[in-house]
Amino acid sequence: MLLAKIVGTVVATRKDPRLVSNKLLVARPIDPRGKAEGSYLVAVDTVDAGVGEIVLIVSGSSARMASGLKDCPVDAAIVGIIDAVEISE
Amino acid sequence: MQLARVIGDIVATRKDEKLVGLKLLIVQPLNADRQPSGRPLVAVDSVGAGVGEHVFFVRGKEASFPFYPVEPPVDAGIVGIVDHWDLG
Repeated sequence: MLLAKIVGTVVATRKDPRLVSNKLLVARPIDPRGKAEGSYLVAVDTVDAGVGEIVLIVSGSSARMASGLKDCPVDAAIVGIIDAVEISE
Repeated sequence: MQLARVIGDIVATRKDEKLVGLKLLIVQPLNADRQPSGRPLVAVDSVGAGVGEHVFFVRGKEASFPFYPVEPPVDAGIVGIVDHWDLG
C-alpha cells in the first residue's frame, strides 16, 4: 500500500454506473518521511478523507475489496486515514 | 516475493473495517547486497514481524490470502520472517 496526501477532488458526471455516488479524490504519493514522489493518481474514497490529509491507498485488484467497491471498475482506493508514521532507522 | 527490512509502522484510527486489528508496517525492499532498493511501502503483517527484522513480502491481491475467509483490502503483505539468506 502507498501513503499519499490528498490534494484535490474530481467531479465526473458521465461515468461508469458502478462509480455513481463514489467520491473521487486526487492524491499525490509520498514516502514515509513525507516527501512527495511519483505522479498524481485518482482514488476512490471509502473512509471520508479530505483535502490535506495523509491516507493509505491500496492499488490494483485489491482495491475492489475495499468496503462498497465490489465489482467496481477501480484500481486505487483510499482505505485509511493516517494518524502517525513512525520510522526507526 | 521480495526481501525487505521493516523500518517503521503506521497508525490509522479511521480505516476500512476489514483492516481493524491488522498490523501495518513500512517495509524497505532490499537488493542482493542487503541495501535499500526502490521505494518503501506499507505492508500488512500476518506473521508477527517487527521493526528492524528482515522479511519477505508478497504483492497483489495474494497479500489478503493469509486472512482468508476475510478479504481485507491490502496489496502488500509480509508472509515470512527471514532467519538468514545466502547467495551461492
